[in-house]
Amino acid sequence: MNGFMFKVEKFLDILVNKGGYKEVLTGLQNTMIIAVAGLLIGIVIGTLIATVRVMPKYSKVVRALDKFCSFYVGLFRGTPMVVQLLVFYYVMLPLIGVKMSSVLVAITVFGLNSGAYISEIMRGGILSVDPGQMEGGRSVGLSYGTTMLKIVIPQAVKNILPTMGNEFIALVKETSVVSFVGAKDLYLAFQSIGSGTYEYMVPYLAMAIIYIIIVCLITLLIKVMERRLRKSDRGR
Amino acid sequence: MIEVVNLCKSFGDNHVLKNITTTIKKGEKVVVIGPSGSGKSTFLRCLNCMEDPTSGSIIFGGEDIADPKVDINVHRQKMGMVFQHFNLFANKTVIENIMMAPVVVVTKKLKKQKRDNLLIKLHLKKGEIVPVTGSVQEIKKQAHDKAMELLKRIGLEDKADAYPSSLSGGQKQRVAIVRSLAMDPDVILFDEPTSALDPEMVGEVLELMKDLANQGMTMVVVTHEMGFAREVGTRIMFMDDGMFVEEATPEEFFSHPKSERAVEFLSKVL
Repeated sequence: MNGFMFKVEKFLDILVNKGGYKEVLTGLQNTMIIAVAGLLIGIVIGTLIATVRVMPKYSKVVRALDKFCSFYVGLFRGTPMVVQLLVFYYVMLPLIGVKMSSVLVAITVFGLNSGAYISEIMRGGILSVDPGQMEGGRSVGLSYGTTMLKIVIPQAVKNILPTMGNEFIALVKETSVVSFVGAKDLYLAFQSIGSGTYEYMVPYLAMAIIYIIIVCLITLLIKVMERRLRKSDRGR
Repeated sequence: MIEVVNLCKSFGDNHVLKNITTTIKKGEKVVVIGPSGSGKSTFLRCLNCMEDPTSGSIIFGGEDIADPKVDINVHRQKMGMVFQHFNLFANKTVIENIMMAPVVVVTKKLKKQKRDNLLIKLHLKKGEIVPVTGSVQEIKKQAHDKAMELLKRIGLEDKADAYPSSLSGGQKQRVAIVRSLAMDPDVILFDEPTSALDPEMVGEVLELMKDLANQGMTMVVVTHEMGFAREVGTRIMFMDDGMFVEEATPEEFFSHPKSERAVEFLSKVL
């Protein structure tokens, strides 16, 4: 037990006195930026894909788009996130000759990846909304798109919020692989603190606690959002 | 007003509507009755292309709206529809439900006019600049005032900011009727408007429908309310097995039904 306390003291010394907290803060910042930006991009991509996939398949354009979307979803669900990061960073970027910071690469890949997952969540959400809502909108002369955007999707979002929370939490945790392409995330920060002293026990424990705290905060946030969105369910 | 020519509708091998031809004139109150599964609702839903007709045409406002190339949304604005299950927007308050379509439609027109004017100014499009009047705020205000007026008419102005989930069935259906009225439609289609209601709420909805009928609204009603059919209808269309078996005035139909099928049906429901 004494040994453990000694390790904690050593860790705190590095963290506070030797500027380790700066690395942790940068790491925390990058982790959150990648997760949040990835989620936002994912929501936009996912909503677009889901809309295409639930559209009536009358026209050839829609059918072609639908094919493309299911290919996209298959591609991103069929490969691990690490592989996507590596391929994007070491294959795609050199091929098209573009230079991007590793955080930006991570955001892009996380966005594309979560877009694939969110599209399926969103599709389920849209299908869970009573078809009568679409009919009601169309019957007063609103277009398919307007009804979708203003009536169906808001209700779908309400239904899928718990699952979306899940997706966000998964994203936050998955950011721990972005160091593969050199992005300085939470994991890399604690890893470098540990490697400075060859002492990993306390840094990694602290890292785990920080992840848990982040996830708890997200859970709380989702609960608040859910309560606000449920407003129209309660009889007022 | 609506001309239906050789309308057919099938779901796979199931032929629901078989070659229907009829005309609905302005001011008429057509009541469609018949046994369940006879295709009444499908017929009604084909009139505003909520179900796409398999073949045939529906002439409304001078255009064949069964043609997929026609912009159906413009025509639906003039052809209201009331559903069995109300289909009020669950995520909008009562007043927003009523304002929604007018605001969206008028705002779209305004934006299009502004865009056109810009293109004409840049000499990218021929035509004359039409001065744009009004703003989105004004449009909203107008729609709000009108919605409020409509709500007053059905005595639900105190429910303006409530969500549909807090209304009773009868109140929901009356709001749904008023929502379709907000677009000043030329005709309203009613798809079994009282079938999902508690018996004691049927009256208030029928009362509102009678009110509309007395004001000269053209109506096509699918219903099981024979009393309403007799009192308000100007023409009864009896449907069986995807065809109109009999068409007559209510007096004639209820006292001297001609077809055997109608006699049998009436003996069961009256």
